[in-house]
Amino acid sequence: MSEAPELRDPKAIAGLIREIEAVSEEIGRRVTLMEVCGTHTHAVAAAGLRQMLPPGVRLISGPGCPVCVTPVDYLDRALALADLDATTVCTFGDLMRVPSSLSSLEQAHASGKPIEIVYSPRDALLLARENPDRRIVFLGVGFETTAPTIAAAVAEAEADGVDNFLILPGNKVMPPPMRALVEDQELKVDGFLLPGHVSVLTGWECFRFLADDYGVPGTVVGFAPADVMRGVADLLRQVRADKAEITNLYSRVVSSLGNQVAARLVDQYFEPVATSWRGFGEIPDSGLGLRSQYAHRDASRIEVELPPPHEPVGCACGDVLRGVIDPPECSLFGTACQPATPVGACMVSSEGTCAAWYRHERLTGATK
Amino acid sequence: MKKKTPERLLLAHGSGGRLTHELVTGTFLPFLENPILSSLSDAAILPELPPGRPALTTDGFVVDPPVFAGGDLGYLSVCGTVNDLAVAGARPLWLTWALILEEGADGDLISTCAEGTARAAAEAGIQIVAGDTKVVPRGKGDRIYAVTAGLGVVPPGREISDTRIENGDVVIASGPLGDHGATIMATRHGLDTGELKSDCAPVSGLIESVFEAGIDIHSMHDPTRGGVLTVCNEVADRSGKRIVLTETSIPVRPQVRAVCEILGLEILGLACEGRVLSWVPGDQAERALEAFQKHPAGRDAAIFARVEGSIDGEVPVVMETEVGSTRPLDMLSGTDLPRIC
Repeated sequence: MSEAPELRDPKAIAGLIREIEAVSEEIGRRVTLMEVCGTHTHAVAAAGLRQMLPPGVRLISGPGCPVCVTPVDYLDRALALADLDATTVCTFGDLMRVPSSLSSLEQAHASGKPIEIVYSPRDALLLARENPDRRIVFLGVGFETTAPTIAAAVAEAEADGVDNFLILPGNKVMPPPMRALVEDQELKVDGFLLPGHVSVLTGWECFRFLADDYGVPGTVVGFAPADVMRGVADLLRQVRADKAEITNLYSRVVSSLGNQVAARLVDQYFEPVATSWRGFGEIPDSGLGLRSQYAHRDASRIEVELPPPHEPVGCACGDVLRGVIDPPECSLFGTACQPATPVGACMVSSEGTCAAWYRHERLTGATK
Repeated sequence: MKKKTPERLLLAHGSGGRLTHELVTGTFLPFLENPILSSLSDAAILPELPPGRPALTTDGFVVDPPVFAGGDLGYLSVCGTVNDLAVAGARPLWLTWALILEEGADGDLISTCAEGTARAAAEAGIQIVAGDTKVVPRGKGDRIYAVTAGLGVVPPGREISDTRIENGDVVIASGPLGDHGATIMATRHGLDTGELKSDCAPVSGLIESVFEAGIDIHSMHDPTRGGVLTVCNEVADRSGKRIVLTETSIPVRPQVRAVCEILGLEILGLACEGRVLSWVPGDQAERALEAFQKHPAGRDAAIFARVEGSIDGEVPVVMETEVGSTRPLDMLSGTDLPRIC
């Protein structure tokens, strides 16, 4: 399970840092690199990697935390479903504390609404089998990594005729928001650390457009400290040479085309749809909707009454997710918005940029 | 006394009538018997206390699942109470033990927990001197809860307090951290590989042996709920000191690390139920470590942190990571929820 020890070796890291410092100096200007995977956000913060980089390298986080990019109206809909008769809503734990327009799943659970935390869509399917008289709605969020298991649960429900198992489709795919990021005038990203876990599924070919169409280099990296630092060094070398390629430094698990079996499974049940991202708004083809022949499993087709969507006042999650600002630049960070009392979604999940920053990078200031 | 356990708990087992009597005499007393408890009087009349200051604690136990690798709710209830007394510097003597049972609970589960309670009591050298049983209707509780009180005595001349912590003190963990929390989480989520076992155990014997070795322990805490993160932050707060952990010296089993990676849990936030964190003077560090390691319960003890003067405006608890950076360690907020991808 644990990664090879050389990936955590301080000497190897120190060597990489020396190289990064040297290349950064040669480049002679500040370079902005973005990681777009929640697990990278967490890994970078937990190992304190940002503080080890020279001032010429700015490492920012992108929209890689699935909880954080889930828009508020998705949660409003989930809560409305939990209000219906004989309906149970099942969710991954991370979503529980994300603020909706008026409340949160956690608050609703405390007031007695039928909301269950599950660890996989199969747990929700099991609940559906055990409770044939109830409608079980699974909140299907996440990126390419969670989509195959959700598709597999739908497949199993279809095969066994478990008619009371439904999905509220909320899955997103990574390449479209990355296109939005490189087109963003406000933000100048010099290179991307590409999402290692997502790439296991998608392969790295799908990120080629970054280099080919926009001249921005990218590198697929793993999650150990040395993985990340090697990725930073690779991107800096490309910037220095004025090159733009997509490299794969995570070849121990990532191939060019990814997991085709999983891709076919997802494709059988889901199709690309426009979906809304917190901070970005609607992005074409960036979501996965259930295909129309599975409409009977699509909880988004159930009519419910929704409150007008309300984002918390002053919350800058959108700018944080687009990498325009770092969390401490948000006026709520660390004061009104803390992990115990999150105002914005980025403070909820351990993979949220603000939560990771608060927990792992805030060396100054009181902790309580 | 003849052991006789009901198959399932009925509401009548808590009614105070014949079935209650049978439950007490058939399921509890065969394990827990001692002259004070067996008198079944309304209050336990205790012998005179040994010299020193009495220490009193209370605790509730609601663990799910109630039986886990390395222990059960009964065993845990004694360990938890005894350890609270021991880390305050007290020698534990007597415990009370009350059960809140759910109608329909499995009789074997009750029996297992009673046996676990007796085993922990024997290991810790204490007696259960009073007890009570209540049964709540089905659905109003989760099988079995226990509530305890523990009485012990702090011997004359012994002073355990966070206010005694000084710059230069080192912090010793008596063994690998997070075993209990990881075991419970893994069991709950069907990840049990057979390699995990709770650290649940009384630490009173271990602590006495370190005192006997002449170590001037300044302060002690058992890292239960909230784990090392909560203990270190509370200690920093109360002592006004800065605590610096060294990631590479924190004792953690590889299988515990693996569970944390899979479930996205913070290792240092996991509960231990048989470990003690001790603040000892820097000049006694090596001797103290040896004293811990000499006792079977402290074989894998390690020095993992040091105490420094607080720095104005900086967070009080930090960790020097294995890759050479420094990061803050805050308490957990809410439940440590597993990640989704």
